[in-house]
Amino acid sequence: MTHPHHPRLARWLCTLILILGAGPVASADPLQPAGLESDEARTPAVLDSAAAPATLTLVPGEQDAAAADPHSLTPETLAVSEPAPVLDFAALVARLPEGSFRERAAIAVSIAETGDPRAVEVLGALLEGQLEVSRETPPRILIRTADTQVDALSGEVWSESVQTARVPVNSPLRGQLRALIARLNLSHPETRVRLDAVDRLMTSGSAAPLVDLLGARLLVEEDAAVREAIQVTLAMVDLQAGDAQQRLGAIAVLRGALAPEVRAAVTRVAEIDPDEQVRAAAGEALDSIQRRLQWYGFLENLFFGLSLGSVLLLAAVGLAITFGVMGVINMAHGELIMIGAYTTWLIQLALPQHLEYSVLIAIPAAFMVAGLVGIAIERGVIRFLYGRPLETLLATFGISLILQQAVRSLFSPLNRAVASPDWLSGSLQINPVLSITYGRLYILVFSLMVFVALLIVLKRTDLGLKVRAVSQNRAMARALGVRAGWVDALTFGLGAGIAGVAGVALSQLTNVGPNLGQSYIIDSFMVVVFGGVGNLWGTLVGAMGLGVLNKFMEPYLGAVLAKILVLIFIILFIQKRPRGLFPQKGRAAET
Amino acid sequence: MLARRLLLSDRGGMIVLALLLLMTILVPVLNLMVPPESPWHVSTYLVTLLGKFLTYALLALAVDLIWGYAGILSLGHGAFFALGGYAMGMYLMRQIGTRGVYGHPELPDFMVFLNWDSLPWYWWGFDMFWFAMLMVVLVPGLLALVFGWLAFRSRVTGVYFAIITQALTFALMLAFFRNEMGFGGNNGLTDFKDILGFSIQARETRVGLFVASAIALILGYLACRYIVTSRFGRVVVAIRDAENRVRFSGYRVESYKLWLFVFSAMLAGIAGALYVPQVGIINPGEFSPLSSIELVVWVATGGRGTLYGAVTGAFVVNYAKTWFTTAYPELWLFALGALFVLVTLLLPRGLVGLIRRRRREEDDS
Amino acid sequence: MSTEQSGEVRTEADRLEDLAHRPPAFSPALDTGHGTILYLEDVTVTFDGFRALNGLSLYIDDGELRCIIGPNGAGKTTMMDVITGRTRPDSGTVFFGQRIDLLRQREHEIAQEGIGRKFQKPTVFEELSVFENLELAMAADKRPWVTLFARLTAAQRERIHEVLTLIRLTDQRRRLAGALSHGQKQWLEIGMLLMQNPRLLLVDEPVAGMTGEETERTAELLVSLAGAHSVVVVEHDMAFVRSIARRVTVLHQGAVLAEGSMDQIQRDRRVIEVYLGD
Repeated sequence: MTHPHHPRLARWLCTLILILGAGPVASADPLQPAGLESDEARTPAVLDSAAAPATLTLVPGEQDAAAADPHSLTPETLAVSEPAPVLDFAALVARLPEGSFRERAAIAVSIAETGDPRAVEVLGALLEGQLEVSRETPPRILIRTADTQVDALSGEVWSESVQTARVPVNSPLRGQLRALIARLNLSHPETRVRLDAVDRLMTSGSAAPLVDLLGARLLVEEDAAVREAIQVTLAMVDLQAGDAQQRLGAIAVLRGALAPEVRAAVTRVAEIDPDEQVRAAAGEALDSIQRRLQWYGFLENLFFGLSLGSVLLLAAVGLAITFGVMGVINMAHGELIMIGAYTTWLIQLALPQHLEYSVLIAIPAAFMVAGLVGIAIERGVIRFLYGRPLETLLATFGISLILQQAVRSLFSPLNRAVASPDWLSGSLQINPVLSITYGRLYILVFSLMVFVALLIVLKRTDLGLKVRAVSQNRAMARALGVRAGWVDALTFGLGAGIAGVAGVALSQLTNVGPNLGQSYIIDSFMVVVFGGVGNLWGTLVGAMGLGVLNKFMEPYLGAVLAKILVLIFIILFIQKRPRGLFPQKGRAAET
Repeated sequence: MLARRLLLSDRGGMIVLALLLLMTILVPVLNLMVPPESPWHVSTYLVTLLGKFLTYALLALAVDLIWGYAGILSLGHGAFFALGGYAMGMYLMRQIGTRGVYGHPELPDFMVFLNWDSLPWYWWGFDMFWFAMLMVVLVPGLLALVFGWLAFRSRVTGVYFAIITQALTFALMLAFFRNEMGFGGNNGLTDFKDILGFSIQARETRVGLFVASAIALILGYLACRYIVTSRFGRVVVAIRDAENRVRFSGYRVESYKLWLFVFSAMLAGIAGALYVPQVGIINPGEFSPLSSIELVVWVATGGRGTLYGAVTGAFVVNYAKTWFTTAYPELWLFALGALFVLVTLLLPRGLVGLIRRRRREEDDS
Repeated sequence: MSTEQSGEVRTEADRLEDLAHRPPAFSPALDTGHGTILYLEDVTVTFDGFRALNGLSLYIDDGELRCIIGPNGAGKTTMMDVITGRTRPDSGTVFFGQRIDLLRQREHEIAQEGIGRKFQKPTVFEELSVFENLELAMAADKRPWVTLFARLTAAQRERIHEVLTLIRLTDQRRRLAGALSHGQKQWLEIGMLLMQNPRLLLVDEPVAGMTGEETERTAELLVSLAGAHSVVVVEHDMAFVRSIARRVTVLHQGAVLAEGSMDQIQRDRRVIEVYLGD
């Protein structure tokens, strides 16, 4: 889930936990073209970052209760005030297994107050139900890990099995333990631990001692993110203050906060606060929060849309070369993408120890493999069919069937998962409601790089010049000494190679299977037709436009209906602009 | 006069029609009259298989009419076939009555399963045979009318039209996969009991459906033949060869394409309606782009631009498919793929073209 | 049968005369009261920033035979495309007679109004026989439902045979048009124009690929058609233009450079510059 490369990630993830735990999470992978959901599960590697935290979520019931009614938790948390004999850490820990839950809570508070560095560990173990007491005299307190038992006081490891009993915990106690641990962690040297602690405190309710604690911390805290989190938490406490002025001040602080707890609390104030002014201010703050949420929701949709667009772009840009520039309709384009994806998979199989780089190696490899297959197709079949587009369509469709079946026979009809290297997983958490996965971000950037590279090849290189010459006037180009057949083969190979590269990118997003190409071919053609045949910029705008359109319609209509509507949209669009967004104009050729 | 125009000028067509007629008479006789132990007996399985091929041949005719004659390649004709099939399937579902698993008098099983409490409006009337048969032609016809009007009006032709029709059938497939659509989702419509009061499993019904398919094919053939030998048909061929010239001669090209497309879609719908009771199921798989493009290859193999070529192609390719999928199932897609490539490269006029060329060579020598 | 026999008795000139003076088929809405059949005013067509037509204004008189010449890229074919509805201009007006706004009509409607066109590259229906080519071009009700049940009347059949004789393709009438030679295709297309019998004929390079004798016959035909019909001929062959033209218009860079008789044109300094200067 997290890894050393991104230390800041973890603290964002903590916030992510809150988001994921608090509300329904969009389940469909936005990168997957509609219609794929049914048969292709996502690669576990991609799933990791999103799904794992969701399973780690704190018991949701408690959180909701905390968010809905902050007062309910205060009495128990206030147990600090109960007189407890001053004892040393060891004695306190030894007393933990005894007595009622209520007493245990009091002891836990005392343990926390000792300031002993082991306190966090012991309380954490208690929280997780890993604190055990041995059936010996005197009993020892042990912390159970996966396969060993560690003495809570001495840190000694006990490898031999000892008869033990778990120190029981119940729900209220767990809540208190979390708050206690958070308080202890508030002065932890690592920023992410502190931020985590503040967030825990915010969710576990408010209490005067916590306010003091947080206030004290705010004075010494230097990290801006932690300071903001503390201020928000303090404002949350202030929301319940008796003084209307104080509540107003709190609302002013909370205007920009996005966490769901804040929204819930402010909503409550807006509804039930006795002071009319405060209610109005809360309402206004809520509107402001709502606007920001909408804005970030919009940004998120936009990003998902662009991300889908980048996939479409990768899939379609090769087609824009073969179909747009050469006028050859290649129904096997999807299978060239598939070949690229399988190349990635094979390279990963061959180099299991170099997972980090195998994707990078796969890019040129897939380009070469798909490109060569493309050249073979062009030389073997397509060149006999120039000027007969419908026949080309049928023949290349036949090739696509053969390639699909070949993959089924060679490998397996089953889908293969290609692992993502670490640097492609994880996500960039921009704020509590907006996060961007690195995989998608890199693919977006990569697709643009491929696009620019292609533009340069076509506009600036000798090959590009010849390609354009042949596509515009074959006979003339030939007369000028251009080897048209050779140029055709290379152009087709270029388009095919890019399809292979698209396959590398796709292998990071979905599973690799014989049907991979089929899913993209229709979409790719739509992009090319929508953008305008023979115009690479049109393909770029078409891909991004269709991707964004799809993603903005999906929340309202569902993936399938959105796809159908996009299709109808394209059909209607062609009514208005039969030659796409960016048509190539020219004098109409004779009949 | 009409007979001469439809039949005599078309030698290949006459042969194919004669064979069809022979089959229509012989197959029922050999199935019903000849005892099963006789080597001349035609099994009911074979009757149904041939009946299925007949509906495929009708579908191939529909495709040939617009592709072979008007040069419009539709990669979505499977959609019209499937829509006709669904219309028939809906009638058959309503005939199940209380014999379903849940025994609901009105709702098909899958609707009961989805907790629907009443029949959606678009299922109304399908308990009546005549209404269902009307829908068999009207629904595909209407879709073709709307879609064709949009496409032809904006002069979407050639490859673009092919791709867009493929997208159309793809979208329909996605839609029909949805349970909320009310067409049985993934499973489609199946478990039919009877048609017009006859048990659908009975041998006599099977033979009846076979004969109905054969008659539909013969009538469809004659109708297509009438169209292609009329001046309308000549305009259509002219459109294929020089669309703009036709326009400048004062013909409204779009209307010609549109009506031919609509007629072709209706034929496909009829084929689908005859297909469903014989195979006993209709599901969204029929909408898949692959099945639509596969039927194009039947026509290409047989020889487009000749109606009997399309019929021949449908029989030859489907016979091959039946053989392959039982003998070497994993090789079928290789064979089909190779067929696509070889026919387009080597046999642009199909099998019929091969025979005709040989005959011409004989004539010359 | 009787038509063919009588055809042998009549001279070609007679037949030509007949055809040329047959009342053309055109829209009853056509009003040529001012003596002008075609108005192009200030027509501009732009392709990707290139002005194919640049404020072109041109008037064709009723019954006139007009030749249009100009170097490559002068806008001759684009002008034809605009008149026949194939290309929509960016600005300008195009009227057929006083009342019919051609810019509001589609290609087939324009053809039915009475404007016929012969393409630069001979365009015939290659997979149909010569006879069928003429049948389709024939002025008749061209709606789909009508053509589905249409039968040739004796008069129509006779007419087709007349044209077949005139274009000298009687023996080839059952052959596929695609099997004809280039010159024969040219004649077939002219024959199709005659069958269509429009009020205004737009003829793009009619004599390309024709022998001297054929060229001469074409010239004769076009000249005799003028009068009852209006004819606009685009041609590169100067000798041919000289042999038929009363009035010549020179197009250059999408606009009219000069207009007048052939002699006037040949003396025009600007024209000489355009043709020789570049």
